[in-house]
Amino acid sequence: MLSMNNINKVFRTDLVETTALRDFNLTIDEGDFVSVTGPSGSGKTTFLNIAGLLETYTSGQYVLDGTDVSNLSDRQRSQLRNEKIGFIFQSFNLIPDLNLYDNVDVPLRYRGFSKQERHKRITQSLERVGLANRMKHLPAQLSGGQQQRVAIARALAGEPRFLLADEPTGNLDSQMAKSVMALLQEINQQGTTIVMVTHDPELAMQTGKNVFVRDGQISEHETLVPVALASNQ
Amino acid sequence: MFYYYLKLASKSIKRTPWLSGLMMLAIALGIGACMTTITVNYLMSANPIPEKSDQLYYVQLDSWSPHFAAREPNEPPDQLTWTDATNLMQAQQAFRQSAMASSGGVVQPDNPDVKTFMASLRLNFADFFPMFNAPFLYGSGWQYSDDVARKQVAVISKETNDRVFGGENSVGKSITIAGEMFTVVGVLDEWVLVPRFYDVTTGAFSETEDVFIPFYMKQVMQLSNGGNTNCWKSPEGEGFEAFLMSECINYQMWVELPTDADRDAYMTFLNAYVDEQKALGRFPRPHNNRLSDVMTWMETEEVVADDAQIMMYMAFLFLFVCILNTVGLLLSKFATRNGDVALRRAIGATKGAIFAQYITETALIGLIGGVLGLALASLGLQAIESLYGDFISELVHLDATMVVLSFGIAITASVLAGCYPAWRVCSIPPASQLKTQ
Repeated sequence: MLSMNNINKVFRTDLVETTALRDFNLTIDEGDFVSVTGPSGSGKTTFLNIAGLLETYTSGQYVLDGTDVSNLSDRQRSQLRNEKIGFIFQSFNLIPDLNLYDNVDVPLRYRGFSKQERHKRITQSLERVGLANRMKHLPAQLSGGQQQRVAIARALAGEPRFLLADEPTGNLDSQMAKSVMALLQEINQQGTTIVMVTHDPELAMQTGKNVFVRDGQISEHETLVPVALASNQ
Repeated sequence: MFYYYLKLASKSIKRTPWLSGLMMLAIALGIGACMTTITVNYLMSANPIPEKSDQLYYVQLDSWSPHFAAREPNEPPDQLTWTDATNLMQAQQAFRQSAMASSGGVVQPDNPDVKTFMASLRLNFADFFPMFNAPFLYGSGWQYSDDVARKQVAVISKETNDRVFGGENSVGKSITIAGEMFTVVGVLDEWVLVPRFYDVTTGAFSETEDVFIPFYMKQVMQLSNGGNTNCWKSPEGEGFEAFLMSECINYQMWVELPTDADRDAYMTFLNAYVDEQKALGRFPRPHNNRLSDVMTWMETEEVVADDAQIMMYMAFLFLFVCILNTVGLLLSKFATRNGDVALRRAIGATKGAIFAQYITETALIGLIGGVLGLALASLGLQAIESLYGDFISELVHLDATMVVLSFGIAITASVLAGCYPAWRVCSIPPASQLKTQ
């Protein structure tokens, strides 16, 4: 599903050069639920941005679902993001003056679906996260947990094969975090590959695989052993 | 996607009403100033008789001084002498022709309830009416035989007919003009010529005259000269007749020449006429005769005033300044939308889609600015009318072409203004903004 080989990412300014990822190697198989942990500034978000085609890398090779993304144009990268990747952000990133229906509609518009197809997908996605009865509400009228559910519905509406979540529970209380995590697990069980960046070891333990990043590299000896794997060993 | 972008644009405008309103106002002021001046220029330079403007020719003969030109660098005089006007009319070499002059006289209505008034007079030949497609409400013009016979016949304007005869069909009735009794043979309908091209020497944007009488009445009634009279040498003798026969110019002449061959033949005739006059001791200058069609004559006479053109260029500069202000306001407005753009890019929007979204928004702002601009242009034209009076009222209205042009300029200007801000906003790397939301 995702294969990164010797990926390097260097941020350059006139004065300094910062290496965010250094010979980063990672393979994620279809259907995996992978958590990425590590201290602040370790390169987690840079990895996620590169994985989501939001940022380019300095060297190495990245193959997403069989496509080498190195030489793709902006249009091709946008299309790939739109069709194959769903994003969930820590701060939900809903558009405040669009209601829930229109927020979920955004990626579908760029996909070029018909009105009927979009309506079907929006309704199904909102039903899946339990918010179908509030589709005309504005984001500000919802709790944080509900807003994150809308963001998940938006990510799911395009039926992506790959879901990238950047601290999806970072702005939620523990109860809401649990509920969002349960929803992500359910989505994963239905076949969607998920990569989740988190600071929370407890959440990381609930995924199928953990990757610990330090100084732009995977630190094998610090990698957590998720609950599911530990019980199998 | 266009309707989607339009929906987003309207939401965005509602979200920032003051900022958007300022941009609309900036565009409206620029458009208002531009359209006011463009409208005046456009109507000044309009073709007043498009159906035959290339068949009507203004006649110029260079009868001026051997020592200096009538107009520098070597332009012939813009009017004819009485001698030349009447000689050319007697020759009858064109399909239609009319010499003409302006004058004035008191009209004394028979009805004692209607006051005596001063009327503008046009002295012309019979061909004047069919040549310039003059519209008749009642009757018609007179015949050339009436010109030759010096018959006292008159064509009056609708306004004069309303005033003197209460709007009734006055054909066959008498009217006293400058102390002489005339028989009304025709009443003109509303006749608005913008510009009034047949005599620009008395004001290209003046109204058509109150009364039209045969040209030779000038001599018969010894009517005073109207408009500009210029002489390069003094009359030889005293009195009205001596002045009439002098080298002073005060008469205009138009001919209708349907084909190029007619035009060439008439020019040959003019040159032969001048040679004939040279043999009589007149026309001391080399041949410099002109036949100018309507639009060429309007250009030669600079019907569109220089100051009107300068005002228009200044208005365009003002629009440019307004657009620069709009660019600044758009940069400021779009800068607050980085998060929205980053999110849309992350979930699949191409740079082109974002650019189209923001250009649609600026075009909508431009369209609303254009509507406001039209309202301002309308006020501007009313202000010009109140400053300069009714005689330019025909110059100060917005027609369909001007309305379409206003929207065209407004939308083009706002789209141009929006290009740089939209390009900037769609070039934002999405990753840099998503965490800061």
